Amino acid sequence: MTSNKKTKELMLEWLFLFFAFLSNILLVGIIIILFKESLPLFKEIKVLDFLLGRHWYPTYDPPEFGILPLILGSLWVTIGSLLVAVPLGLGAAIYISEIASTNLKEILKPAVEVLAGIPSVVLGFFGMVVIAPLLQNIFKLPTGLNALNASILLGIMAIPTITSISEDCISAVPRGFKEASYALGANRWETMIKVTVPAAFSGISSAVILGMGRAIGETMTVLMVGGGAAVIPHSFLQPVRTMTATIAAEMGETAVGGEHYYALFGIAVVLFILTLIFNIIADLVAQRFRKRIV
Amino acid sequence: MKKVVKIICLLSTLSLIAGNVLAGQKLTMSGSTTVLPIAQKAAEEFMNTNPDVDISVRGGGSGVGVAAIIDGTVDIGNSSRAAKAKEIATARGKGVSMVGTVIAKDGICIVVNKANSINNISLETAKKIYTGEISKWSDAGGSGGTIVVISRDTASGTFEVFNEKVLKGSKVREDAMMLASNQAILTSVSTTPGAVGYIGLGYVTNEVKSLVVNGVTATKETVISGKYPISRPLYMYTNDAPKGLAKQFLDYLLGPTGQKLVEEVGFIAVK
Repeated sequence: MTSNKKTKELMLEWLFLFFAFLSNILLVGIIIILFKESLPLFKEIKVLDFLLGRHWYPTYDPPEFGILPLILGSLWVTIGSLLVAVPLGLGAAIYISEIASTNLKEILKPAVEVLAGIPSVVLGFFGMVVIAPLLQNIFKLPTGLNALNASILLGIMAIPTITSISEDCISAVPRGFKEASYALGANRWETMIKVTVPAAFSGISSAVILGMGRAIGETMTVLMVGGGAAVIPHSFLQPVRTMTATIAAEMGETAVGGEHYYALFGIAVVLFILTLIFNIIADLVAQRFRKRIV
Repeated sequence: MKKVVKIICLLSTLSLIAGNVLAGQKLTMSGSTTVLPIAQKAAEEFMNTNPDVDISVRGGGSGVGVAAIIDGTVDIGNSSRAAKAKEIATARGKGVSMVGTVIAKDGICIVVNKANSINNISLETAKKIYTGEISKWSDAGGSGGTIVVISRDTASGTFEVFNEKVLKGSKVREDAMMLASNQAILTSVSTTPGAVGYIGLGYVTNEVKSLVVNGVTATKETVISGKYPISRPLYMYTNDAPKGLAKQFLDYLLGPTGQKLVEEVGFIAVK
């Protein structure tokens, strides 16, 4: 009986080991394919010409594969989205964890998280038919499909990530910190701004970086509302083209095994490295946060 | 309980194997991405009515479609242009005689916002607008201030026609908006006073104004006759006259149901 039980347990252990490794194997497989499919491009053009080239004309003769406008386009809308999401998301987090009553908190937090569940294509459609005409009228622009529109929508998408994680971190600040502050005569506002939020700062930064990762990897929305012009951005009111939108729009219509195909995989590699860097930074910052609290 | 699961697994595996053996007839095609939506739609419907047939459709571009026929790797090669003399000669060298069947026509309309006063445009003016040589409507015979140039993604079949017939290889101005679908262009042009865009004839609605190009209005008739300048026939190539399953499929596509599908995906029926 006991040996039977043991075999069962062992089998389960192996099963879960398999599950644990499966996702890692998939990840490694994806990385290998990404690099393998992009390498042939660099036999044709130099890596620096690819990364710093200013012209993306993949289907012309001769083609030009410069992705600098695409990289900057992605970073541009990501920065824009943070300008929208950080004040709103952080404000919401502070309110929910420090000010709202328990009842209100129980409604607000899930409600913010529901926002994360809205499909990006729905937001994109909203941006096209509601926000675009609005921006066009307010700023007297030739078109409302631009970096600002994309930034607003990406900001909305990053808010749940930022609010949810920041709120957890603010709530995790030990009671003793606040009590000490009150004991020294600080009022609620002073305690919040000068004690609680700074104590949770590294957790909040990692929330912001994760939100950033969310924004830079988003595809459908920017494809729909970004406007798609592959120029180096110099204003939020002009159309932009991001790396993700380029891959999504062009992958379906390019010949497998052509230069253009390899170039799209090259963009995917750049995107992968950028998001990896964001995630590593977020992880490092979060680790520091844990150490400080303990 | 366990037994039941085992039996179900076994049965489904068996049925999969049996299914593969029974699906005897296979048809393969590859080529032009412009023809792709037609081929895909028709293949789907054809397989619905003939469940024992398996059709595989791939893209790759017109050159790929023609090459695949020459190499004998597919049954049908899709192309959005006629085979070049050089390609026909290569084919002959390999004992392949290329036969093209026109299955649909493709016409691209230049559209502007309804508030714009322009009605006619020449191919040269259109080219100048898209390359950035002209950037004000007053220089192009229209109204609405600065021209907002909207194009399709350079990888799309629609762009391919526009490039071939209007741009003739010149580059679209860099700051042109590149949108991902005919529908997106329609929406943008209808809401943007200074916009100009181009979409397949099948997508034009009365939300936008379709321009007369070189004095010819884009209609089904002018596209079919080839009088409208931004139009072209779409081909499916076979080795020798189509026969067997390929013939069945082409007959289906050229029949009333097939031609209706052609119109459904935004192209012009030839019959």
